[in-house]
Amino acid sequence: MFQGKKAIILGERDGVPGPAIAACLKAAGAEVIFAVTECFV
Amino acid sequence: MSDPIIRECAYVLVHVPSFVRYGSKPTREIASSPEPLLPTIEAHLRSFKEAVEYPPNQVFIGNLHPDGLNDIEQPWYEHLLKGASRYGAYGEMMPEEEFFGLLKLADDFDLIWLEKQSAPFFRQKLQGNPFWKEMDLGKIDGGVDMERIQEKVSGGGSLPLYYRGQVVGCFHRHHDQDESLMAQVLMENLMAKASGALVLKHLLKRANVAPEGVDFILSCSEEAVGDRYNRGGGSLSKAIGEMCGCVNATGCDIKAFCAAPIYAIVNAAGLVKSGVFKRVAVVGGGCLAKLGMKFKGHVTNNMPILEDVLGGIAFLVSEDDGENPIIRLDSVGKHDIGSGSSQQSIMESLILKPLDRIGKKVMEVDKYATEMHNPEVTVPSGSGNVPLNNYRMIGALAVLRKEIDRSEINQFVAEHGMPGFSPTQGHVPAAVPFLGYAVDGIKRGEMHNAMFVSKGSLFLGRMSQLSDGMSFLIEGNPKKR
Repeated sequence: MFQGKKAIILGERDGVPGPAIAACLKAAGAEVIFAVTECFV
Repeated sequence: MSDPIIRECAYVLVHVPSFVRYGSKPTREIASSPEPLLPTIEAHLRSFKEAVEYPPNQVFIGNLHPDGLNDIEQPWYEHLLKGASRYGAYGEMMPEEEFFGLLKLADDFDLIWLEKQSAPFFRQKLQGNPFWKEMDLGKIDGGVDMERIQEKVSGGGSLPLYYRGQVVGCFHRHHDQDESLMAQVLMENLMAKASGALVLKHLLKRANVAPEGVDFILSCSEEAVGDRYNRGGGSLSKAIGEMCGCVNATGCDIKAFCAAPIYAIVNAAGLVKSGVFKRVAVVGGGCLAKLGMKFKGHVTNNMPILEDVLGGIAFLVSEDDGENPIIRLDSVGKHDIGSGSSQQSIMESLILKPLDRIGKKVMEVDKYATEMHNPEVTVPSGSGNVPLNNYRMIGALAVLRKEIDRSEINQFVAEHGMPGFSPTQGHVPAAVPFLGYAVDGIKRGEMHNAMFVSKGSLFLGRMSQLSDGMSFLIEGNPKKR
């Protein structure tokens, strides 16, 4: 479902980090435009 | 040689509503808002009395065990502890008028000008504080004409200082081109120094140790003391120690984002165990940048802006006295560079690996202290209940280890966790706010041990995608059994 899609990724310190989401989406065929992990506390 | 002990802990809060406007988020939002934002912020600030009576603040300074929050209806800001004291078993909550005096006392470079009428008022207020009345407070006297203050604010790069809505002074830059010596940066650093000195003073008093008896000081504060050639150069530790009269100590700073207090305590314990130093003080001053960080969520929900306090933490690590709980150095958990950043990897590194090493099960730790952020601060802005999420994760590890059933996770959280109660000051909530209660609970025989787990967000500095964390376990002194 992500084949050919562009992805902007916001990971979370206490959740799933940005690089992990990026790896999954790349494997699913998405093009990662931007990925970052943020801390929301 | 025995493992080192936690000899004493101290905690302070400094109520600084007039400085909320200088927190990082409010500063940026005030500057960019098309509508005047400052009146809205000011309308949501609390009085000192309200801040003192706020239950999580009473927990922080030692007057109410964290589990006691379970018995108080939420929102806690609507269920105040009427008549609560500003002084606590572990420290105090200082009002802004005393802190102005303390800031000026910490100022060795005439960075602060106090207005003529205000200077003696702030001096008098600080003189009324039992911890500072013996000090030479002459530095606070003097005062400057309002015209000169306004001149500096309008064209000299100085920031106005407010108290109850009125200008009472200004804070200068110390170089016209150096971003590290801008007024806002220096203000942040001086507030960390002053609040750090306040909590160190409490620590020494509680431990009945003369300032001259401290060998080494590690600061775990969140600031970047330095200049254009060395941003974050450091040694706030020595500036704090100097202010407290620790003339026989040297020191340095530990930088590890929010995990710095745990790194500092582990480093302190290593220095004591190795015999390099006998008494090491770990101290963290408050963080101006984080004031009002979640103010938008609070204003939207029509609640008080709860991030109106600076936090201060201090711990004395020393040689085994046969009485106080020991830091088990074989229990130190670390997040290796190659560990991976998933929550499961981090928690396994910080909890399961060290527990396996010392032959303990997850359920054999009486209490876990994780990031102790007050959920009433974070939930309204959509940041979730941080401690609760962490406790569920630890409970899940116990399930994976088949120590408990999945249906027992909530019970695990209730018994081995606690509600969050710490101000969101980055390093301040990093597990250690519970250390005082844990030390006392173990000494009284109410618990056997406690594990302290904190995480750091290295990726925020944009030098690595890595996460970070460190942990340790304390337990009853074996010589006492």
